[in-house]
Amino acid sequence: MADSMAQAAPQDGETRRDFLNLVTASFAAVGVGALAWPFISSMNPARDVLALASTEIDLKPIATGSAVTVMWRGKPVFVRNRTAQEIQAARQAPMSELKDPQADQARVKKDNWLVLVGVCTHLGCVPLGQKPTDPRGDYGGWFCPCHGSHYDTSGRIRKGPAPANLAVPDYTFTSDTQIRVG
Amino acid sequence: MMPALRILKAVAVAAGLLAGAGLAAPDARAAGEAIHLPDTRFSFEGIFGHFDRASAQRGFQVYKEVCSNCHSMRLLSYRNLRDLGLSDAEVRAIAASYQVQDGPNDEGQMFERPARPSDRFRSPFANEKAARAANNGALPPDLSVIVKAREGGADYIHALLMGYEDPPAGMTLMPGMNYNKYFAGHQIAMAAPLSSEGQVEYADGTKATVDQMVTDVATFLAWAAEPELEQRKALGVKMVIFFTVLGGLAYAVKRKIWADVH
Amino acid sequence: MASGLHKSEVQNPVLRWIDARLPVVTMMQKEYGTFPTPRNFNYFWNFGALAMVNLLIMIATGIFLSMHYTAHVNYAFDSVERIMRDVNYGWLLRYVHANGASMFFIVVYIHIWRGLYYGSYKAPRELLWMLGVVIFLLMMATAFMGYVLPWGQMSFWGATVITNLFSALPLIGPDIVVWLWGGFSVDNPTLNRFFSLHYLLPFVIFGVVFLHVAALHITGSNNPLGIDPKGPQDTLPFHPYYTAKDSVGLVAYFAFFAILVFFFPNMLGHPDNYIPANPLVTPPHIVPEWYFLPFYAILRAVPDKLGGVVLMFASIAILFVLPWLDTSPVRSMRFRPLARPFLFTWLVAFFVLLYCGGKPAEEPYVTVSRVATAYYFLYFLVILPLLGRLERPLPLPESIAKPVLRGGGPLPAGAMAKPMEKA
Repeated sequence: MADSMAQAAPQDGETRRDFLNLVTASFAAVGVGALAWPFISSMNPARDVLALASTEIDLKPIATGSAVTVMWRGKPVFVRNRTAQEIQAARQAPMSELKDPQADQARVKKDNWLVLVGVCTHLGCVPLGQKPTDPRGDYGGWFCPCHGSHYDTSGRIRKGPAPANLAVPDYTFTSDTQIRVG
Repeated sequence: MMPALRILKAVAVAAGLLAGAGLAAPDARAAGEAIHLPDTRFSFEGIFGHFDRASAQRGFQVYKEVCSNCHSMRLLSYRNLRDLGLSDAEVRAIAASYQVQDGPNDEGQMFERPARPSDRFRSPFANEKAARAANNGALPPDLSVIVKAREGGADYIHALLMGYEDPPAGMTLMPGMNYNKYFAGHQIAMAAPLSSEGQVEYADGTKATVDQMVTDVATFLAWAAEPELEQRKALGVKMVIFFTVLGGLAYAVKRKIWADVH
Repeated sequence: MASGLHKSEVQNPVLRWIDARLPVVTMMQKEYGTFPTPRNFNYFWNFGALAMVNLLIMIATGIFLSMHYTAHVNYAFDSVERIMRDVNYGWLLRYVHANGASMFFIVVYIHIWRGLYYGSYKAPRELLWMLGVVIFLLMMATAFMGYVLPWGQMSFWGATVITNLFSALPLIGPDIVVWLWGGFSVDNPTLNRFFSLHYLLPFVIFGVVFLHVAALHITGSNNPLGIDPKGPQDTLPFHPYYTAKDSVGLVAYFAFFAILVFFFPNMLGHPDNYIPANPLVTPPHIVPEWYFLPFYAILRAVPDKLGGVVLMFASIAILFVLPWLDTSPVRSMRFRPLARPFLFTWLVAFFVLLYCGGKPAEEPYVTVSRVATAYYFLYFLVILPLLGRLERPLPLPESIAKPVLRGGGPLPAGAMAKPMEKA
């Protein structure tokens, strides 16, 4: 709008008018920009959603060798109480074989408790392996049926299209038998 | 102009004036008996209004110890109390002092657990029927947005809580009712909830006069109804300044452009 | 250039490529750039543009609100309060939307008044005017259904009372009402369909607005003198003159809007709508939103149920035939010394009705409403048709340019009416 205003009537004081138009147009542009922000921001998670962003999980009922799935931020969280063999298998895997190299020790807070976001890093399916009857893939961890990704007993990607290990969420042990995720 | 038309014109003007008078006259005796509310000065009034945090915190204490025995505030969560200046630990402690229902657990049973900050305020009654049964058939209204839901807002809350009196001579109250100067119809089921000095013991040492408690709880309820008020007014001031400047600029541009036309 | 392409005069190659195939740039330039516009608009002519902006604001805020709103009787009230408390800037979106409805009616009422005063409804703009009345009706329907969505006490009882208007229709009335409700009272099916229609109608309005503007660009705008432009000396290109002038009005409008939203967001609402809907308890004093009050007063002025409904709808329907009721060849009230006071009296009657509509249905409001209602119709049905014959209008200026060139600045109506001398 501002540029053609200047053409409208060229006469003395044109520079002053150009400047005035520029200031006005910038001001209006800032206003429109500021106006857009509340709309964009309103689509971000609301305060009540953020307030529910942490979940507490009781570990007592989870026997060695079994796992539970808990809902956290609308996604499954896998909590597995690993057996000694599983821990050993995870720690013996040579780093050179890993697609996304990461030591098992860096992925757990207590050796037997493995906590993972149960979402395949390929395209977001939930891998199988939580139930005793589930297929657990070639490496004894999890197997994603959508596109055939195999995860090991540390939740690391070993085979298949997924680019990264299953994510470890932020969590803390609030007591020996309870963790808080998020 | 023809005389006949001049008369017509006069009639039209007269009709207009009459109609205007009709507009003004009935205003004097407004519908029914209008109750005039005394104006209480609150910190959150005016363009730069803000909530007096200390007062609102005391008001929460009054709500917690007195009002919450009958009145729910189901739209508020314990986490909201952080906005009143309570620390995260204080909010967790307040929440944990309430048991709320959760479940079902793995056995399919509902169970009680201490509330978390993300939980809504626990309601004193399970449902409306239970609330009525416990209150002689009267329903204590939810207080979440009560300040927005009453003509007069916080002034009304203040006036109502201060408005308990002996009924005027000749007036018989229905059983279980109380006389209140500011309640529509003057008969209110709620007995004066804040009636004696020191009914609540304030942690900050403020003297708990009835007026102090009432003002505090009205402040708390005003905050509960409009938690966005401070942000809203602060943004409003900025917007008005912005539009004033932009208006001046736009007018200057318009004057320049039109200069060669006039 | 291949045949069949539009001969674009746009310089920018990309725009030119598009313009040759779909001449939107040429069209915008023609309709909003060089579009010849009478040079003597006053600020009343801002309000069409303001209404357009207001419609866009309502659609934008509405779309974002609907991302958080739940159209169910058990959740509607709480979802609105969640918008107010938890959604980022949700309070702003909702208050802009709620007060935007009031702003829309303020703007459109002034826009309609402009049309009434300057005779914008007269030939050749009859269809333009009628499309405007259609927009007004659609706005009323949209606003009414929008007010139901928060599912407060006023939402519920407003919906009940207004839908019950249709029960006044003989024979089919009760069935129509059940059909509107989708049940035996205002309930969840009603809320759902109102939400659906409330989302749909603004886009219908947008379509009719497009026709309204298209019709305007055929006949050209009316102007405060009500005389047709006689040549280029009487007009100015729309841009930059009226884009600049509309911008001034737009900023003033935003400032007023902002004061309402940020400092008095609930002033035009009703406290009872913050009480969740309760089908068992009617609030002691129910009123529609302020912008419906004049018509509500007309409804209540008639002691007969069907009569009241008919008269209320007639009060708007009469606007459709206004171009033919007003028989005077002169458009602008500036040159109609008799009609002008009658029109101002009509305006007073309108405000009286607005006031009485908000008061309880008791004396003296009933009688006052009746007098005002009678005048409302008398003005359109008797006074205007008669005045076209009886009134001798003041002499019209020769052209739009003359009075402006003569002195500069606005002249009093009387001065302009004097026979014009050459400047």
